[in-house]
Amino acid sequence: MDAVTTTPALDAASLLRLGDNALILGQRLSELCGHGPVLEEDIATTNIALDLIGQARLLLALAGQREGRGRDEDALAFLRDAADFRNVTLVELPNGDFAQVMLRVFLMSSFQVLAWEALSGSNDADVAGIAVRSVKEARYHAEHSGEWVIRLGDGTDASRARMLAALDALWPYTAELFVDDAVDAAAAAAGTGVVWASLQPTWRQRVEPVLAEATLPVPAATPFRSRGRFGVHSEHLGHLLAGMQQLHRAHPGATW
Amino acid sequence: MLDNATAWTVLDAVLDPEVPVLSVVELGIVRAVSVDAMTGAADVVVTPTYSGCPATEVIADAIRDALLAAGATQVAVRTQLEPAWTTDWLAPGAAEKLRAYGIAPPGARADGAAVVRFVPRRPPCPRCGSRATEQLSRFGATACKALYRCTDCREPFEHFKPI
Repeated sequence: MDAVTTTPALDAASLLRLGDNALILGQRLSELCGHGPVLEEDIATTNIALDLIGQARLLLALAGQREGRGRDEDALAFLRDAADFRNVTLVELPNGDFAQVMLRVFLMSSFQVLAWEALSGSNDADVAGIAVRSVKEARYHAEHSGEWVIRLGDGTDASRARMLAALDALWPYTAELFVDDAVDAAAAAAGTGVVWASLQPTWRQRVEPVLAEATLPVPAATPFRSRGRFGVHSEHLGHLLAGMQQLHRAHPGATW
Repeated sequence: MLDNATAWTVLDAVLDPEVPVLSVVELGIVRAVSVDAMTGAADVVVTPTYSGCPATEVIADAIRDALLAAGATQVAVRTQLEPAWTTDWLAPGAAEKLRAYGIAPPGARADGAAVVRFVPRRPPCPRCGSRATEQLSRFGATACKALYRCTDCREPFEHFKPI
């Protein structure tokens, strides 16, 4: 008789964290649809949003299967309340001005490039499949947003002042990306997940040269730690969800 | 009864809705086709181009309709994510068809390469062949294309991004 083998599978909690990061940043970027500063950037932010929401759909669908409570990707996206979301706080903050929009995409997609590269080697074949697809998209997002960080940081006095303000506002929230808890440690030990703290040196190696080229200082580390990944969110997530979930909740099960 | 070879031929006539000069086979997204000789049921494996590509569901429907019309008793279209689709999978004649349609075909992809900043990729103009082209918009009308213009013939054109 054959030995029973278990297929390595990333747990639902870890998948929710990955999926919610993509979903919430995608939702924030989609707010710029029709409101971009120029047509090309309107198209860019919404194309990035489309990639992210596509990734979120794959990740949340898988989370729903693994969870085994009969929730599909729509149920997870539209029928959870703020405290049940597991995205980092960084992605739920309001868009702010264009400097802040592009800096956030740059900081986050630089992280996602590393996350997807690492997860491409996951023992979980489903996660690896999503990762090899997503890493190509994340690289393009990082490239596009990184050029804006340079252009605005090393631009006019006005653009530089805005990029400096964006950096001050967003940088403290990046620390959360590299915090691990027992869920992350278990996934990493099983070979399905990643030790997030291990990505921080490489992330800095990728981000800091862009800030240098943009003539922007690397902000000092602070003890502040946001905790969105553990369900402790800012006041902003509830407002975002109200907009995102309203239609689905008003017309449950509606399709087109 | 529909057989595998005929099924491939049928799919080679199903056009991508966003790039209607390439079939789904030429686009390289059809990974496998098998028709059960006993039941006539077709099983098609498709790899999407981009995670959020809105054409994915339209393509699955078109594949289903074409095979049912060709005699399949039922059609299952399954999605396979790994290995990820790359523009290297475009069929050999696809580049010329894209060019004739006014879309600059993807060059060799720079897979895994570090991001090189401010080094413009310059696809030659699909209309006049000039290399004096510039990027207008990194993102285009669909996820798979960027917008360029030719500074010689002054025509704007789309570029199928290499990934």
